[in-house]
Amino acid sequence: MLKILKYSFYDLMRSRWSYVYFFFYLALGFVLLFLNNDVSKAVITLMNVIIVLVPLIATIFGVMYYYNSKEFTELLLAQPIKRTSIFLGQYFGVAGSLSLSLVLGLGIPFIFYGLFRSNAIWDFSLLLVTGGFLTLIFTALAFNIALSNENKIKGFGYAVLLWLFLAVIYDGLFLMSLIVFEEYPLDTFSLVSTMLNPIDLSRTLILLKLDISALLGYTGATFKKFFGTDFGFFVSMGILILWTIFPIWRLVYKARKKDF
Amino acid sequence: MKELVLVLLLLLGLFSHAKTIEICASCEVKTIKNGIVKASDFDTLLIKKGTYKEFNIIVDKPLTLLGENYPVIDGEDKGEIITIISDNVTVDGLFIINVGTSYTSDYAAVRVVKSKKFLIQNVVLEKLFFGIYLEKSRDGKVYHNKIIGDAVEEFNSGNGIQLWYCKNIEVEQNIVQHVRDGIYLEFSDDIIIKNNISSNNVRYGLHFMFSNNDIYEDNVFEKNGSGVAVMFSKKIKMYNNTFSENWGTASFGILLKEINDAEIIGNTFEQNTVGISIEGSNRIKYSKNDFINNGWALKVRGACYGNTFSSNNFMHNSFDVSYNSKLNDNLFQGNYWSKYTGYDLDKNGTGDVPYRPVKLFSYIVNRTPETIVLLRSLFMDIIDFSEKVSPVFTPDNLMDNAPLMKKM
Amino acid sequence: MIAVTDLYKKFGKNQVLTGLNLTIDGGGVFAVLGPNGSGKTTLIKSILGMVTMNRGEILVMENPVKTKWKYRKEINYLPQIANFPGNLKVKELIRMIIDLRQKPSDSERLIKMFKLEPFLDKKFSTLSGGTKQKVNLVLTFMFDSPLLILDEPTTGLDPAALIKLKELLQEEKKKGKTILVTSHILQFVEEVADEIVYLLEGKIYFKGGISQLKTMTKQTDFEHAIVAIATQEIHA
Repeated sequence: MLKILKYSFYDLMRSRWSYVYFFFYLALGFVLLFLNNDVSKAVITLMNVIIVLVPLIATIFGVMYYYNSKEFTELLLAQPIKRTSIFLGQYFGVAGSLSLSLVLGLGIPFIFYGLFRSNAIWDFSLLLVTGGFLTLIFTALAFNIALSNENKIKGFGYAVLLWLFLAVIYDGLFLMSLIVFEEYPLDTFSLVSTMLNPIDLSRTLILLKLDISALLGYTGATFKKFFGTDFGFFVSMGILILWTIFPIWRLVYKARKKDF
Repeated sequence: MKELVLVLLLLLGLFSHAKTIEICASCEVKTIKNGIVKASDFDTLLIKKGTYKEFNIIVDKPLTLLGENYPVIDGEDKGEIITIISDNVTVDGLFIINVGTSYTSDYAAVRVVKSKKFLIQNVVLEKLFFGIYLEKSRDGKVYHNKIIGDAVEEFNSGNGIQLWYCKNIEVEQNIVQHVRDGIYLEFSDDIIIKNNISSNNVRYGLHFMFSNNDIYEDNVFEKNGSGVAVMFSKKIKMYNNTFSENWGTASFGILLKEINDAEIIGNTFEQNTVGISIEGSNRIKYSKNDFINNGWALKVRGACYGNTFSSNNFMHNSFDVSYNSKLNDNLFQGNYWSKYTGYDLDKNGTGDVPYRPVKLFSYIVNRTPETIVLLRSLFMDIIDFSEKVSPVFTPDNLMDNAPLMKKM
Repeated sequence: MIAVTDLYKKFGKNQVLTGLNLTIDGGGVFAVLGPNGSGKTTLIKSILGMVTMNRGEILVMENPVKTKWKYRKEINYLPQIANFPGNLKVKELIRMIIDLRQKPSDSERLIKMFKLEPFLDKKFSTLSGGTKQKVNLVLTFMFDSPLLILDEPTTGLDPAALIKLKELLQEEKKKGKTILVTSHILQFVEEVADEIVYLLEGKIYFKGGISQLKTMTKQTDFEHAIVAIATQEIHA
């Protein structure tokens, strides 16, 4: 598997899309820092951007890579290599290079602007960790979609729909159900709904860091336990890891069954 | 102030003629009560290091109770410890513990009743019910004391420093922790509260009821149930205080309830659930305050008229301002808002597009509190944006027409 | 060498293989023939484990295909279409495959044989169809394995290369290897094949030598024999 990972990674490192992605983050980092001139403010702005943008890029890039590397996959399939290794190798190659672009693209401008001397370093690390998780999750989801759809355009469509649903529509439905059932106790419901969407989950991790003062203003006991202690952080992290493992597991399962 | 200095000088003059009575286990006078009986007016009782198990000590003459190396006065939970009923009494350098707790009388470590020109300083209070209780007294000073309670619940705990029907008193450089209200004022006017640190109190750091013309400045209120509650009072000046980490349901830096003509200038509000919660308060000037990382910087409820908010910094608050009505008669002008995204083409330092501090989402959260988990969601940003373009639920004239481009 | 028993495979609603049985004992060139869509490629891919079967069993050198993928180390496979990552150079591609298979190779000799030296530093996507196929052949023949599976090896080759390919096949055959070939070029099949496996409607319709086929169909010409086999009611 490591060999496939290596080749996928090299393959991506020389494709111009990795650079586009890298330079995009580099530019985003520098522009935000230039406009705000304040590391912690730029980190906060970035957090809002990251939780929406990273999933979008990871899904589209994942689907695109899968379809574009079909030939590579076929070549590998003809070699005596375990199938799961091929797909996991490719998956980690893509997710790895995307994460690397994210970390380097954002890391360089922030280090340049004195990240290590500011107290935003923990916020920034959290930002990179959630960004990394979202990359892993959405690349895996993208691979799942691509594996199940031979038709490129259909696959792309589903991927964008998935992103749109999780990033926007889900929250809309969530909000509506909260307002419709406002007479009932809703804190457990709202926490569970948050856990069911990886974007919302990452958002919660960020809320725990930035908006704890506001979150503690709510009376519900479950909320208090969740947001008032470390419990919330560990539960969110745990479920985020589950969210990463599940699509990868399904990817392996699907890959094993598929005909080429 | 001048008067006070004069009085002190006079006292000093008198001391030269007054005698000093030493109190210790091996001295002629072994108890404080006995010392008071033996003393004449303006004498000093020098209390040496040791433990004195006494309570209901009544100071009925103008005396100085001076502790040497912090003698311990242990009330053994039996009731009130020192009660001052004479003018010109000084209590200095005592360590008072174990004040009795009662549900019928408010036992205090030190109580001052209907007296003038008192001075309570360098006193350490622990395991107390009420700490320093000033009752119908005036022209005194409470200076550099340390009050550390062990309050857990509101109903069975007392206040650190309480002023009831008092006038012209200075409360300075005290540390008050773990009591119900750090400092409590009721029907007390012309009080100066300065440089105190009030933290980890069960209810409020500082609490005003029906008190007018008071000033509090340069105090720190940290991690209290809530910071400062100002209720039914007039002309309170609040300068340069710090309010931080007052977290919890309905926790705030300052609560203003039925307050008129106050000034809130130069304060810092950091990481409070609500920076300032405002109810039925009018003609208040808010200026040069910093609101940083609060849940809500300002929560405005009920009828509030003629308030002005100018030259404040609003930075990284989850919500800057929340209103529960569609009406607005308050002025926001020339503040810095970290969420402002406009531009300044004419380079005059203020943004060319107005800033609307009230978001639709804050209206939704007021209605359905659980929706708070959707904070920072892209969906919320989208509907906030549409509300910004055409306000339906939020007051449409509520905006800062000259938002600053750089923080103050 | 290869034992296929009762193999079923369908893609969606399309039943491609219906209870196919085939035994290949080893040594020599076996040509898998049949009309379009008769399941030649599916059969090959099933043997390679690239297609998962619905029913049946395949043993390659006594290893069940379903569970033990390591048998594939003993197979060199030439895919039908030379679809390789376009942004890799030919040299890198060859190096990569050698690295992946961890086996000794004689790529140098094959590169010379197909005159690929000028293309080594070119990206794969810039090559012509025939050159791509030559690279494909190099990648397949450079390892020493007992079983070779070639899916349409002649596609796009010029006559000179075709001759080289035939030489290669003879060479491998002499080493006692088993070679499975599919091809539409019957002249090529006639020249190289020792045995014909004819697929029709998802089953083996005929298996035997070319002369056997000719006598059975009473044709003197191989091409006609193949055409006849599809129309006649003959069973092997």
